[in-house]
Amino acid sequence: MKKNRINRLFETKKENIFSVYFTAGFPNLDDTVKIIQELEKNGVDLIEIGIPFSDPTADGPTIQHSSEIALKNGMSLHLLFEQLKNIRESVKIPLILMGYFNPVMQFGLEQFCKKCSETGIDGIILPDLPLEEFEAHYKKNFAKNNLHNILLITPQTPEARIRQIDKASNGFIYMVSSAATTGAGKKVEDFQQDYFERIQQMNLKNPRLIGFGISDHDTFANACKYAGGAIIGSAFVKALQSGNELQNSIRDFTKKITGNTKTTAKS
Amino acid sequence: MKYMKYNVNEKGYYGEFGGAWIPEMMYANIDELRHRYLEIIESPEFKKEFDQLLKDYVGRPSPLYFAGRLSEHYGTKVYLKREDLNHTGSHKLNNTVGQILLAEKLGKTRIIAETGAGQHGVATATVCALKGIKCVVYMGDLDVQRQAPNVKKMKMLGAKVIPVHSGNKTLKDATNEAMRDWINNPEDTHYIIGSVVGPHPFPDMVARFQSVISKEMKSQLLEKTGSEFPTRILACVGGGSNAAGAFYHYLDDEQVELIGVEAAGKGVETKETAATLLVGSPGVLHASRTMLMQNRDGQITEPYSISAGLDYPGIGPLHAHLFKTGRAKYMATTDEEVLKAALLLTQKEGIIPALESAHALAALEKIKMKPDDVNVINLSGSGNKDMETYLNYFGY
Repeated sequence: MKKNRINRLFETKKENIFSVYFTAGFPNLDDTVKIIQELEKNGVDLIEIGIPFSDPTADGPTIQHSSEIALKNGMSLHLLFEQLKNIRESVKIPLILMGYFNPVMQFGLEQFCKKCSETGIDGIILPDLPLEEFEAHYKKNFAKNNLHNILLITPQTPEARIRQIDKASNGFIYMVSSAATTGAGKKVEDFQQDYFERIQQMNLKNPRLIGFGISDHDTFANACKYAGGAIIGSAFVKALQSGNELQNSIRDFTKKITGNTKTTAKS
Repeated sequence: MKYMKYNVNEKGYYGEFGGAWIPEMMYANIDELRHRYLEIIESPEFKKEFDQLLKDYVGRPSPLYFAGRLSEHYGTKVYLKREDLNHTGSHKLNNTVGQILLAEKLGKTRIIAETGAGQHGVATATVCALKGIKCVVYMGDLDVQRQAPNVKKMKMLGAKVIPVHSGNKTLKDATNEAMRDWINNPEDTHYIIGSVVGPHPFPDMVARFQSVISKEMKSQLLEKTGSEFPTRILACVGGGSNAAGAFYHYLDDEQVELIGVEAAGKGVETKETAATLLVGSPGVLHASRTMLMQNRDGQITEPYSISAGLDYPGIGPLHAHLFKTGRAKYMATTDEEVLKAALLLTQKEGIIPALESAHALAALEKIKMKPDDVNVINLSGSGNKDMETYLNYFGY
């Protein structure tokens, strides 16, 4: 079995990993491949492709809105796999599918994992698939298809459970920056310093990426001090709404986030 | 052990349905509840307080009324369990009284709730006023408009009512928003779910608080008919809390026929329906594996019912299990049938029922009943909140 691209990324890059989420089918139904290509071209290290769901309870207004539009545009899991079928001819960075459990359940979990593997997907994030259900019923299918199940931790996750999640993870741990749905807009540095440091000192076997509330250069740079990198979702989805050419809005957005980070890292 | 067969197991499942399909952000709250709810609600101190409030504040026991003229009309015996006579006009207060006491024991200082018809919102705002606890109620914007009197009541009771503009702007969307609030406020807040839905332990906890309905029924029937056991019990089902309460103590008494009545809306064969069990399929929504109205891609479809309280695309996992095992039967009645049944009860007995409860009444038209059958209808709520709908339809 070939080495999973997520593991390869974390082996070669230890800091400032720039990860971006977008909702498939937004702003336009056929933007998916173009957005992925442009993100890679602009130095993004890892992409989370959102599978839209009618009831995204862990997401804030921006991603809710993008999901609603994507569904209206006609996006579905079947169509997404169709759009992505040749993606590995042009894109090398790790790709993750992120969504809610029900659409995956209706697609069929086994079939879903198989399709992911054929498409060249490296990881899955299903926030409402709890660790216990995953381990009891779905782990084998993920492993068989070389897919990493990415699990979340939050400031409220007890230490014993963080250890358990670390043990069950084999890609990275998605560290939710604060108690929040996505895009809640609280500044990362406001109150999570203790939490970030606490996790940093736990010596987990998995690398971590910090997500939720990362929206600009400052929040990104701060998160990168405490983890391998950070994930930006709502702020990017908002940037796509600007109405500009995709190419331009993606270039401007990535520059805004990383521009200074790279300089800082070099100096 | 009693009720083993239909009770929730240690993992939070009723057969294949239930569980706690929660995002990690809700884990700490759900884990605390799961570990503490039984110890708290089974403690003598809690029971004493709960029973006292049910008696003095809610006004229990609610009467079991022999509806003589309605019985004559149908050629059988019809009893009404008068949950409409509870304080705030429905069965919803049984649950909110229980949960507010639990929230106090957990040290929570802020309450959130979702509401459809507004009955659960009012019942939550009421207990929050009683305890002096801050209250936020999420309500679909469409429901805010069609249940205006309840919105005003909640405001007068001191609750903040937040209209929800996503999706169909009804109960499902209000529930999404309440869950988001809980994710964003994981430490000081308790979420008082209004029905036997959501992640374990909510379905079991709410069913236990509502089970007072069937507990009273048993002693009242014994007194009135000489037997604890009726021929059948009928209750309307949206999420299913009043039905869960009316069925609870009869689940293992298999000689008692249990009938849940869903909202057919404009008909189960149309798209405008809320009859989840009759048209749905298994899936995961609001952190529970249950029966859902959904399309082939697993997107939840919008339900429709004339009654805001039954306008929900899911159903409590207990009911999904009772449906699957055949322990309870489920049927559906249409808007039209429901309005007629409401008028019949009003004019035969002088009781104006809630639109929700009238679904169970309408089922009497469709069931073969013998003269000596004892039929208990759980009259879950009063029609006060529905006067505008009734007046518009009947043109008074």
